[in-house]
Amino acid sequence: MTTIPTSWCGQSIERVEDGPLLTGRGRFIDDLGVRPGTLHAAVLRSPHAHAKIRAIDATAARAAPGVAAVITGADVTALSASLVVGVKAPIECWPIAVERARYSGEPVAVVLAGNRYLAEDALELIEVDYQPLPAIVDPLAALDPKQPVLHDGLGSNVASERSFRYGDPERAFAQAPHRVSVTIRYPRNSCTPIETYGLVVEYDVSEDSYDVVANFMGPFSLHAVMARALKVPGNRLRLRTPPDSGGSFGVKQGVFPYIVLMGVAARVAGRPVKWIEDRLEHLAASVSATNRVTTLEAAVDVAGRIRALAWDQVEDVGAHIRAPEPATLYRMHGNLTGAYDIRHVSVRNRVVLTNKTPTGLNRGFGGPQMYYALERLMQRVAVELKLDPVDVIRKNLVPSGAFPYRTATGATLDSGDYAKAIEVALARGDFAELRERQKTARAQGRLYGIGLTAAVEPSVSNMGYITTVLTPEERRKAGPKNGAQATATVSLDPLGGVSVHVASVPQGQGHRTVLAQIVADALGLKPSDIRVVAELDTAKDPWSIASGNYSSRFAAAVGGAAHLAAEQIKTKLARAAASQLNVAAHDIEFVAGRVRARSNPDNAIPFSRLAAAGHWSPGLVAEENRALRETVFWTPPELTPPTEKDEINSSLCHGFIFDFCGVEVDRVTGAVRIDKYVTMHDCGRVLHPGMVAGQITGGFAQALGAAFYEEYAYSSDGAFLSGTFADYLLPTTTEVPTPLILHIETPSPYTPLGAKGVGEGNCMSTPVCLANAVADALGLASVDLPMAPGKLAAHIHAAEKSARRRV
Amino acid sequence: MKPVRFDYIRARTLAEAHAALTNGDDDARIIAGGQSLVPMLSMRMARPTVLIDIMHLPELAKIEIKDHAIRVGAGVRQAALLAWPELTECQPLLAAVLPWVGHAQTRSRGTVCGSIAHADPSAEIPLALLVLKGAVELSSQRNRRRVAAEEFFTGLMSTARKDDELIEAVEIPCRFAGHGYAFHEFARRHGDFAIVACAAVARTDGVRLAIGGVADYPVVRDFPDINGDALDDALDHFAVDLDARDDLHATADYRRALVRRLGRATIEEARRCRA
Repeated sequence: MTTIPTSWCGQSIERVEDGPLLTGRGRFIDDLGVRPGTLHAAVLRSPHAHAKIRAIDATAARAAPGVAAVITGADVTALSASLVVGVKAPIECWPIAVERARYSGEPVAVVLAGNRYLAEDALELIEVDYQPLPAIVDPLAALDPKQPVLHDGLGSNVASERSFRYGDPERAFAQAPHRVSVTIRYPRNSCTPIETYGLVVEYDVSEDSYDVVANFMGPFSLHAVMARALKVPGNRLRLRTPPDSGGSFGVKQGVFPYIVLMGVAARVAGRPVKWIEDRLEHLAASVSATNRVTTLEAAVDVAGRIRALAWDQVEDVGAHIRAPEPATLYRMHGNLTGAYDIRHVSVRNRVVLTNKTPTGLNRGFGGPQMYYALERLMQRVAVELKLDPVDVIRKNLVPSGAFPYRTATGATLDSGDYAKAIEVALARGDFAELRERQKTARAQGRLYGIGLTAAVEPSVSNMGYITTVLTPEERRKAGPKNGAQATATVSLDPLGGVSVHVASVPQGQGHRTVLAQIVADALGLKPSDIRVVAELDTAKDPWSIASGNYSSRFAAAVGGAAHLAAEQIKTKLARAAASQLNVAAHDIEFVAGRVRARSNPDNAIPFSRLAAAGHWSPGLVAEENRALRETVFWTPPELTPPTEKDEINSSLCHGFIFDFCGVEVDRVTGAVRIDKYVTMHDCGRVLHPGMVAGQITGGFAQALGAAFYEEYAYSSDGAFLSGTFADYLLPTTTEVPTPLILHIETPSPYTPLGAKGVGEGNCMSTPVCLANAVADALGLASVDLPMAPGKLAAHIHAAEKSARRRV
Repeated sequence: MKPVRFDYIRARTLAEAHAALTNGDDDARIIAGGQSLVPMLSMRMARPTVLIDIMHLPELAKIEIKDHAIRVGAGVRQAALLAWPELTECQPLLAAVLPWVGHAQTRSRGTVCGSIAHADPSAEIPLALLVLKGAVELSSQRNRRRVAAEEFFTGLMSTARKDDELIEAVEIPCRFAGHGYAFHEFARRHGDFAIVACAAVARTDGVRLAIGGVADYPVVRDFPDINGDALDDALDHFAVDLDARDDLHATADYRRALVRRLGRATIEEARRCRA
């Protein structure tokens, strides 16, 4: 790890982003002007979960006032290609229904009109002749070969099935005195950004090229998917992002099929097209996290030590396997043993298709589903073996001093001290007092429970983990995929100012502030001296397929790349300064806006003068020392492709979380009150404590939503039931208590700054921690999310005995 | 999520509002605070051809005490009534109910009469009006009339108001000495429409309990001064008679359970407040 001489990093400096945002001067996609003649799109969506489209009559819509064009599946298949599908199966994935609608809310037609009002008026005039088909909603029903098939090319609704074996799980199970298992139905939910999808797209017929501005967040591997679908080389799909984006949490990855759809629409109309998704569209048909049915079994010895795990996961990706799915299932593959030292693992993974909205990135991405099973199992081990749940966690942990630790399934846990983090949390969070509180409450007849979770939080995804879904033979044929390339550029202007650009696309996280801290530290400047631009233009800016703002990669990968770019420019400047100051380059230091000899600080020149020299008098600077602009592409060598044995280092960094909480369930209403919540994090080096606290608090709030309120619910015939924010409930500030946040720091040896990701951890740890507490309060062996009060009350209230009950 | 095209009339006099309602046939709608109507317009669930804005009529923006009742004009926002200094003294139940109506933001726009006109089955203000035996003042170009709350709510978001009528004001009786008042609600989140809301008025000879959130509209029942199992049985009958249904947030069973338990707690609190 590189030593940082000054220390802007580690301070909670004021965010440069906040002034504009708090005074209404943010520039979001819908704030940007459009060219005269731009058309506004509205989308007609299927009311059926599954239906054959026999005919679409858009005659009246085309004749309606202000309407320029109506686009249907036929236009899209004529002018584009299917989106690439991530598994080897003969199926297609279009951004609009083609002859068949497979989920409620699937686009069926697009109206382009002079404004959105007219476009929506015309939607009502389109007549679609649907022949409803039976819908499959339950992922387990999708396994049944007798059920109707969504994609004929597949022959069934199982899009992928793989089994894995690490160590000797059969023997471990055969020898184990205890077997403990849980079955989990993890529901669908989403992190619902406040700003919905939006884009403006223009087609240039003379160059056969598309120019798109969209609040897309990456990963930019999807740029290749979009370019292929639009049948243009990558350089003819110019994708730009607006200066501000109103939250994403992974969800805005899902704007990409609409970029393709509206690209075709703009091409058909011959005019630019703007589309801003509304909230009804967003809830019904953007993306959600996957729902999953998991059976997890542990082979446990008499002391509560887990010897083996057997995972059986049925992943429901909805109606299409839309890229990058089935990544949600494989993101955690290297981490299937969580924070524990378990050497024998078997895994059966099945990916099924159902008549629901296709899934995609969502904060936590596979972690919430996986940890819900693993940490419910840990609680059950304690209950069934009558052990203290804290001890069960303790004795199974990856031991201190074992890092870097290679998990059975192939991840390298880079650094950590899990046992210490737990002891610090129990002491500083006063766990002993919480147990006293529980004892007192129970003595009074109250329903009080304590929950615990230990979790490893992966960050900086290996672009190759998704290929674990392929067999080793298929991977050999396809060629290796791996890495997590991050890029940053530092440039100097003729007045000696420093500018920074990254390919990261923030959605409110404060990247510009942190990058200014990092570069200021490297160059001996103040953060206010550094100007950071974070919007991205694929036609002009450095980027790569791993670019984007996902898998909690900013601090570790992008921040690290900015540090390396600044160091690179600093090295050149130091050599140039050395010749001017007549000292050796290693004697040069950058302090407080000056570049000086360490041995004689009066022998100095202002940074700005030195930095400007490359512009004003390049001839006087040796060519190898000319520093105008430095771009770094950084990828960690640790992120290798899956091995022949299917081991995969799915992420570069692994933070650690230990949560515990106390909850009380109301005997009358079944409502849960969180009495206390403690969350301990080790996310390596903390660059901006305020933003880290913001990430943890925000993740905690969304996790609380997943635990108690949020579900994208469907009826048994596939009708979508959570279509408004009156049906899909988000916790508001009055529902979210303040957790006690604790830290220890063990820097990552694999990232330039020692930082790890911290953005997703509580989405993984908190839902199950709360569920463990509720299970403890009510004595439940099984509890599924969301823990709505009515569901819990059914366990508390005696069965209804009214003689006059009507059913 | 854009409304169907409509005309907008900002009424300068009450007569103009009445005339516009009459001329608009059944396609004209009054808009006051717009907190329910505007989302319905945007989702195209309401498709009026004319919107008549009554928020610029000073005569409708008054809160006054008349014949031992609080008369709240159609232009009075929920926040204004909540901030009215005499509220708690005049009618403690109303003071208890109003903070449960939406959020500070929606109360700063939404009106008291608008909530009554909208008649959401879970809304708190209709519930209070009903349990307190309030009345609704309706007027049209040709007629004025006063409808008791018990006759006003007629079905799921439907009322006794005729198409050419507007609500000019509501009358909410002031407190009576010796009566006790209580309100309890359970909702998924702060500010949500109630899963079950209970409002009670206790007298010496009995108690009146109204339940919102369960039937298609708030329902009230008068009970004699009973206790113990007799009260449980009476509440059980009431719970069953409400014909609760399952929805996304609560089952019928759960709603009945809350009516029994929260209803009892509300009655007991109202009795305690009687002293």
